[in-house]
Amino acid sequence: MDSTALQVANALVGNGRADAAIEITWGGFRAEIGAGLLFAVTGAEAEVTLNGAAVPTWTTCKASSGDIVAVGYPVRGLRSYLAVSGGIHVPRVMGSLSTYLRGGFGGFHGRALAQGDVLEIGPPQHSSAVMRRSPHELVPPYSNRPMLRVVLGPQDDRITPEGVVTFLNETYTVTERSDRMGILLDGPRITHRYGPDIISDGTIPGVVQVPGNGRPMILAADCQTTGGYVKIATVIGADLPLVAQLSPGAQVRFTAVSLLEAREIRLRRELQLRRFCESVIHTA
Amino acid sequence: MQSASPGEMDPGTAERRSPIAPPFPRILPCGETALTIEFGDDIDSSIHRWVHALSRRLRNLGHPGILEINPTYRSLLVQYDPWELSLEALLLHIERALEAVPEPEGPRGDVLEIPVCYDEELGPDLEEVAARHGLTPESVAAIHAAPIYDVVMVGFTPGFPYLSGLDPRLVTPRKDIPRKRVPAGSVGIADRQTGIYSVDSPGGWQIIGRTPLRIFDLARSDPFLVKPGDRLRFRPITREAFENLAYS
Repeated sequence: MDSTALQVANALVGNGRADAAIEITWGGFRAEIGAGLLFAVTGAEAEVTLNGAAVPTWTTCKASSGDIVAVGYPVRGLRSYLAVSGGIHVPRVMGSLSTYLRGGFGGFHGRALAQGDVLEIGPPQHSSAVMRRSPHELVPPYSNRPMLRVVLGPQDDRITPEGVVTFLNETYTVTERSDRMGILLDGPRITHRYGPDIISDGTIPGVVQVPGNGRPMILAADCQTTGGYVKIATVIGADLPLVAQLSPGAQVRFTAVSLLEAREIRLRRELQLRRFCESVIHTA
Repeated sequence: MQSASPGEMDPGTAERRSPIAPPFPRILPCGETALTIEFGDDIDSSIHRWVHALSRRLRNLGHPGILEINPTYRSLLVQYDPWELSLEALLLHIERALEAVPEPEGPRGDVLEIPVCYDEELGPDLEEVAARHGLTPESVAAIHAAPIYDVVMVGFTPGFPYLSGLDPRLVTPRKDIPRKRVPAGSVGIADRQTGIYSVDSPGGWQIIGRTPLRIFDLARSDPFLVKPGDRLRFRPITREAFENLAYS
């Protein structure tokens, strides 16, 4: 869900950006380390301990065989990302290392981790241990009241002008029915011009649909690939990590940016990330 | 040198152009990493043939910056990587693909046969759909199994095919309360759409039968039995035949 947190965590331990790591939702994670490695926890603001002693997040840490790593309940945000040097070793299914819970495949036997599971770690990519802290500009501005930047469309013309104004000015609350497929919001109704249904077409994470009840929903990492509701806007890639950290009760607002601006933001971010990853490789 | 854009007939060379110019689609951004290319706003085989023709053409041309091509009833969603491919280059790429798209290929390949058992147990909504339209369950089965369907798109869950060509007599809205679990293989109707559940999932479609075939099977060399652009027809089978095929 939080691609920035995942990629930075991987970079901090010298992994490839897309190596497999562990996504921890609502904390409560505890694991014993088998053999010495580097690890890093990014994402939500949560207490991370090594053998009971607090360690910083967004920072490379070192663990030895027998050490216990624990990730606690997030005090702000929702999902933590734990990467270890060498990456988690899981089979590639249809080109991906991720878990698809709904289909029951991918990742670790297609399911969430459970007590007693033993995870294999791959061989580390770089031999030297480099301890570093993620540069500040790479950490997304997580918030319980984020302003999400969107590009309007492709079906904003199927929303009334008043509806678009409502969408861009009102505050929406994250409901408990949210999950990895989508963030369901509550708040002022957004009115359709011709009704909520469209002929089903393609959807991607970040798309904001407006179903019959007029309350927007933000599609997330496990969303379906086609959808039949009006799509008023798409959250820009740089703000998807903010979406990934929304817990029930969080309040969101939307603001429109141009397509050109959205591209600029993305390319700048990508450059920052690449520079950081390269710097890790060159000093290792 | 000015060239006529796709959709414009250049009088000087009209005879040399392909007889059917593609409808010039509406191209809309879907965020900064995808474009929606719309050929119309209807469920119509002439529209979705263009969707598939462009989809095939883009796939054949190939470009490392194009990450995913998602054909649906009347539009194509193209996901791209802005780092690899500028928007301008992508649009040019699409325009070239459109210019080169010939008259869309007629139905290609064989018609896939999907055995289906239409009975009340495997199709728990069969009786209700029948009653709603003043038909018998047997008639519903016969009407549903009559046409050759186009697979317009695959979505929702891995391998779930959406078909066009449903007989208007069977058009039925989705269930008011979706089921928590619809078994894989279930054949259903939702409004003008008909399709097959490829994995167990919640669902609101009206279920009128089930196929013993695995529409999605990771163990198969090609996990997807049905692809967009395919054609299929349903072949009614008995419950006994269903059990034999399901457990073979």
